[in-house]
Amino acid sequence: MRILGIETSCDETAAAVVEDGEVVLSNVISSQIALHRVHGGVVPELAARGQITAILPVVEAALAEAACEINDIDAIAVTNRPGLVGSLLVGVNAAKAFAWSTGKPFISVNHLEGHVHANWLHRANEPAPDLPFPVVCLLVSGGHTELLLMTSHHDYALLGQTIDDAAGEAFDKGSRLLGLGYPGGPAIQRASEGGDPAAFAFPRSQLGDSFDFSFSGLKTSLLRQVDHYRLPDDRPKQTGAIFPEHRPPIYRDDLPLADLAASYEAAIVEVLASKAMRTVEATGARSLLLAGGVAANRKLRERISDIAPEDITVHWPPFEYCTDNAAMIAGRAWHLARRGEFGDLTTDAFPKGAIAHANNT
Amino acid sequence: MPTELPIDSAAAMRQFGVEFAARLRPGDSVLLHGDLGAGKTTFTQGVAEGLGVQGAVQSPTFTLVREHEGREMRLYHLDLYRLDDPDELENIGYETYLDPPDGVSLIEWPERAGDWLPGAFWLIRIEHLGGDRRMLEIQRYGEDSA
Repeated sequence: MRILGIETSCDETAAAVVEDGEVVLSNVISSQIALHRVHGGVVPELAARGQITAILPVVEAALAEAACEINDIDAIAVTNRPGLVGSLLVGVNAAKAFAWSTGKPFISVNHLEGHVHANWLHRANEPAPDLPFPVVCLLVSGGHTELLLMTSHHDYALLGQTIDDAAGEAFDKGSRLLGLGYPGGPAIQRASEGGDPAAFAFPRSQLGDSFDFSFSGLKTSLLRQVDHYRLPDDRPKQTGAIFPEHRPPIYRDDLPLADLAASYEAAIVEVLASKAMRTVEATGARSLLLAGGVAANRKLRERISDIAPEDITVHWPPFEYCTDNAAMIAGRAWHLARRGEFGDLTTDAFPKGAIAHANNT
Repeated sequence: MPTELPIDSAAAMRQFGVEFAARLRPGDSVLLHGDLGAGKTTFTQGVAEGLGVQGAVQSPTFTLVREHEGREMRLYHLDLYRLDDPDELENIGYETYLDPPDGVSLIEWPERAGDWLPGAFWLIRIEHLGGDRRMLEIQRYGEDSA
């Protein structure tokens, strides 16, 4: 069964064709990241406008790369939750239009379930990953920090999530405090080269035995450290404006950037890795999967590989399936289609998205 | 004239949030102005506690807005950090959050909203003085500020 997947939940416009849930025939992403770098973050309306013009060329490219036409497709799948509603609607409406005009079945997919499913994707010439259930997945990105448990392809449960900032957000904001670029994860990873990860003792918030995360205090702690290197601001105080401009602090030349970046990164990685391992132990899971853009972090991968026992299968998707993409949506949709879980023209987009199959056993 | 309030710890910031929540009524908007790490999240957590919100107050940086159910009214928590052009606010139905009939809005990074400000609002400016020390300026703006 060949499924065309469409994903527009945030800043990407993506389309892909996937066979039988796992074999990726094409995976096209019209990344707007160059545009966003100018603005220092994702800009929702900019995203939605860009997506409207990108959606048809991206779908056409995905079909062409898979060497098929729309008539060779068996079903159309789209992300309809969670995400920015304006962005989601671009994909949902396009997918509905394709489904209606071709008479093909239509499947709506939860973005988070798609990210987890990315672990099963492979190209035709690559071996299929062997990932024994139960599976724990650590989903980490700019907007997500979640621990999910899957006992089968049909049973998802959300075990833990951030109570304040997402891990990717902690990287982005830490990067800005250090005067580095966007996205923050890769910028901090670069700046940390040669730095001592033990130079600064940043907090590792474990929240007791909970599977939840908290990263807000870490940002504050970094601020406290860089504060020691801050030069006094003798610029005249701005008066009159309702919102005085935030002036970037000026640091002394001896700001230990590499040590700060390495220590900050180590604190995030340690909390993610240790909590994921504790979840594996508590649930008796046989596989530990990574997903989301932060899964590309080299130190996170190394740390998890180091501490996972040998009988646990550790796996993460290739980078092109870690960040937002449509192959994961088309792949996940296949399992829904096999259970007859189709949507129709009344399917809507939702900003929040509870895991569809949580605790339904 | 704004009221000035020195704050010397995260606990004091949160407690101020709890106390400030007690003076909020449905339709009120609170604009929070302060740089990264100024303590906006901590203040917001205090307000949420004061309004009786159960559970976590996840950052709205990625989603722009998060809604929370309080004891007697809702808390609409907005974060415009990622916004560049105020006109983009139209896309998220921003005007419905400016004076919500069933709750209060707390808006972080309001300077990104340009002219899209509520008719009347509380403005809380947080200035980071270094270390744990912050200076808060609290001022009421709008028709009933006199």
